[in-house]
Amino acid sequence: MSLPTASQTAGPYWHLIDFPEWADLTRAGGPNAGVAGERIILTGTVTDGDGAPCADAMIELWQAGPDGAYEAGFHGFGRCATDEAGRFRFATLKPGPVPGPGNSLQAPHITLAIFARGLMHHLTTRAYFAAEPLNEADPILALVPEARRGTLLAQPVAPGHWNLDIRLQGADETVFLDI
Amino acid sequence: MSYPPIPAGAFPPMDLPSYGSTHKRHPDQPPVRIPHTLTETSAPRFTPAAYPAHADMSRHNGRAAMGERIILAGRITDEDGRPQPGVMLEVWQANAAGRYHHARDQHDAPLDPNFSGQARVFTDAEGHWSLTTIRPGAYPWRNHHNAWRPVHVHFGLHGAGFAQRLITQMYFPGDPLLELDPIYQGVPAGARERLIAKFDLDVTKPEYALGYRFDMVLRGRLATPMENPT
Ligand SMILES: [Fe+3]
Repeated sequence: MSLPTASQTAGPYWHLIDFPEWADLTRAGGPNAGVAGERIILTGTVTDGDGAPCADAMIELWQAGPDGAYEAGFHGFGRCATDEAGRFRFATLKPGPVPGPGNSLQAPHITLAIFARGLMHHLTTRAYFAAEPLNEADPILALVPEARRGTLLAQPVAPGHWNLDIRLQGADETVFLDI
Repeated sequence: MSYPPIPAGAFPPMDLPSYGSTHKRHPDQPPVRIPHTLTETSAPRFTPAAYPAHADMSRHNGRAAMGERIILAGRITDEDGRPQPGVMLEVWQANAAGRYHHARDQHDAPLDPNFSGQARVFTDAEGHWSLTTIRPGAYPWRNHHNAWRPVHVHFGLHGAGFAQRLITQMYFPGDPLLELDPIYQGVPAGARERLIAKFDLDVTKPEYALGYRFDMVLRGRLATPMENPT
């Protein structure tokens, strides 16, 4: 047995591995061109314990396809740099429900990993879709204290446009998942 | 299938008083532990066909970058020593003068038009990878008075499960800045030394470049599933 290699911060210059087109999983000529599904926009703002925007964060997106399967006809990976206001914006297809532990079914969700200067290890969270009936029985949401569950619920702000803000610290801090 | 928790002593804490940028960015609440589902045990499939590899940072547009050419090589295994094939490594670094090809890097050191500072390689069936680059320079940062980062190369690893995702930094042996660096020193003793590459004559190529070995370990999966499939 050997210990896993230690995590280190991505630092402020990770943009050398940024490819802005990766933020659009539905892009023409991309791996999912032609895949059928409901196209959605997922936006959010990343803020710190002072409420200040995190303008140098890297957000990675990982999700199932519209059929609820991973990497079976839909390449569910995206990456987006936050802008000067701490905002990120993905275009993707809405994922389907994913099998959960035992006989359970997980509500449609998108995993977000947050990397940044000052984060010694990336943070992981999930974006669920507010008012989705399957949320009520989701086995992972059920592990989150009810009072904080809202931090995982993306809200509709326009047809096909969902928003989930990420607060790294303090009041209304986002629930991060230990995976 | 699942991955056991990160063992104590392996990772640095999120709240590192000596590293100013952690102060307002580390969560106050502990993360919520969840059982691993398909979401955590599957991972994006990255192939050289869709994500072309480029393993030589020492040249750009056919022209040689300035500085000392070096070869980096290593093997990626998991906690149980199993080789990890098909891992995509994203690599980025400063140039020989300690300057990143990045709009926000304002260090008064020259940019090199022949050095992009970014590579992408994949592990083979036995977990081996290698690349050619230029030894980076140290650079100043504003964390504290007269703060300089030790010479380092950033590595991002994409394994077979999203729970294995890792970003780390590789350091060079004998760097006097290591003992002064909060980011390196933030890793528990015993784990931090493994972030230092080893000079290796077998990686070194005669009449060409010195070689360094940097092996990395990803989380190993549990043999027995956490949940019984029905
Ligand atoms: Fe750096």
